[in-house]
Amino acid sequence: MISEKDVKYAASLSRIHLSDEEAKPLTKDLEKILHYVEKLQKLDVSKVEPTSHVLPIKNVYREDKVRSSLSQEEALKIAVEKIKGSYKVPKVIE
Amino acid sequence: MNRVPIGTKSGLVYKMTIENKQFDTVIGLEVHLQLKTQSKIFCGCANNFGAEANSQVCPVCLGLPGSLPVLNKKVLEYAVKIGLALNCKINSYIKFDRKNYYYPDLPKAYQISQYDFPVCYQGFVLVPQESSTVKKVGITRAHIEEDAGKLIHDNENNCSLVDYNRTGTPLLEIVTEPDLRSAQEAYDYLQILKLTLQYLDVSDCDMEKGSLRCDANISIRPVGETKLGVKTELKNMNSFRAVKAALTFEENRQTQVVKAGGKITQETRLWDEAKQMSITMRSKEEAHDYRYFPDPDLTPFQVDSSVIEQIRKSLPELPVDKWERIKKEYGLNDYDAWILVSSPEIAAFFEECAKLHTNYKNICNWISGSLMQEINSRKLSLGDLRITPRRLVELILKAEDGTLSNLVAKDVFRYALETDKSIDEIIQEKGLAQVSDSVTLEKIVDEIITQNENAVRQIKNGDEKPLGFLVGQAMKKTQGKANPKKIGEILKRRIIDA
Ligand SMILES: [Zn+2]
Repeated sequence: MISEKDVKYAASLSRIHLSDEEAKPLTKDLEKILHYVEKLQKLDVSKVEPTSHVLPIKNVYREDKVRSSLSQEEALKIAVEKIKGSYKVPKVIE
Repeated sequence: MNRVPIGTKSGLVYKMTIENKQFDTVIGLEVHLQLKTQSKIFCGCANNFGAEANSQVCPVCLGLPGSLPVLNKKVLEYAVKIGLALNCKINSYIKFDRKNYYYPDLPKAYQISQYDFPVCYQGFVLVPQESSTVKKVGITRAHIEEDAGKLIHDNENNCSLVDYNRTGTPLLEIVTEPDLRSAQEAYDYLQILKLTLQYLDVSDCDMEKGSLRCDANISIRPVGETKLGVKTELKNMNSFRAVKAALTFEENRQTQVVKAGGKITQETRLWDEAKQMSITMRSKEEAHDYRYFPDPDLTPFQVDSSVIEQIRKSLPELPVDKWERIKKEYGLNDYDAWILVSSPEIAAFFEECAKLHTNYKNICNWISGSLMQEINSRKLSLGDLRITPRRLVELILKAEDGTLSNLVAKDVFRYALETDKSIDEIIQEKGLAQVSDSVTLEKIVDEIITQNENAVRQIKNGDEKPLGFLVGQAMKKTQGKANPKKIGEILKRRIIDA
């Protein structure tokens, strides 16, 4: 059973603010999705190798070679706000 | 040492009486090590420190949509190398996972790390103790991950600045078992770990620059208890000394709390170096939920056993092994041998000298004394100095055969650091050779005898104490060049035997 509290917790982990009106239908949707997952969980997979990659490949490397980077100007083009060659963000204090 | 006052802030003085110890301390350490590769872990941006902000970034390390990270082969090789040096097993199946959290220094909102299949696991480090026993510290695991960017707080503009140059710097996180029992043991472990990593030449290991960072977990429990107590996590220590101080502070704080009938809360505490105390950063309620899952952008990895063997064979002799061998081979004591081993360059320098001269103890004294002093006071490395093993041995021979007094030999040594001239040339040029010819020495002694009537009388009356004083006067007169042994002999003959 998924509660509204679970949905709000998941939302907070993703920094999404949900109102009560939004959370209610989402709780139902999520419940349905998990129901489907439950069905999958009933499948017998004891003979299936666990996998973490969709393709049967491994060991894809690159050599330790330096390639040119973006210029500072290019790198900051996507910044919402910039200051002194850096991305400007609201003050973070930990 | 029995009562140790620690922090005096907020009117509290933490004290601990060590004799009637009621609690055992349990410590585990996590070290984050930046690996010294040419390029970053998943992209071709340069991996170096100190470039202009945001000038070493690309779509991959900025986490832009559509970019694909590809593992730097060298990173995996270094991880295996370190793992083998720390006596770890190397996983036959290696994969990468996403560790999810939001913070402005993490552009993708997840860090590529390793969750359940780290490169290395189940290792150990042997840490020599002062009591000439060896402490075995278990290594739980060592896994590869990427570093985050750097945040700078700008009070003037009331904002924070993000420099993403550091994102994607390869890291190896090395986690110990909770095997350490004191702040001192933690400190000793860190020293050995750092030295081992320096021997492997895989990282700068510079805590001030952040290429080696250490977090600590610590708890206490009543003596005899086997269950672990509630732990706190300590962060923000920027030297090994700070790690030790933070652990000592926390050990005492926890002891105070428990003795006063309180309970330890699981929390993360930040070390404040200026105040020499730690403060709460976040408690467990706000703890992170990282929702790890396999990173589909990266394939799994498998290191062939032949490759592992090849890396194992390429490992240099490691510090503790070298220490044992140097002690045995050159007949040096624990302490002397340890000083030589404390840097791979110094140890190699010593062994080169030892090929040219067999007074090993004297070579060791010169290296651990004059040479290390100069290196430390000039903040240089051995390679920056012009002294070579051959020239140091030449100098040592001149001091041993009496051409140079020990005092003057030290002067010659300092000159030798700055020029490529031979030791003989320096001695000649500076007129530093020890004066041993008897005519000159007799003349000096003449002067000393006439100028120090009182001392001479005292000696004649059977009190030999002022002899040393007179020798000192002769040395002073000759700027240290007179042969003190001969001066002493002449003085005795002229005053006592006369
Ligand atoms: Zn990049």
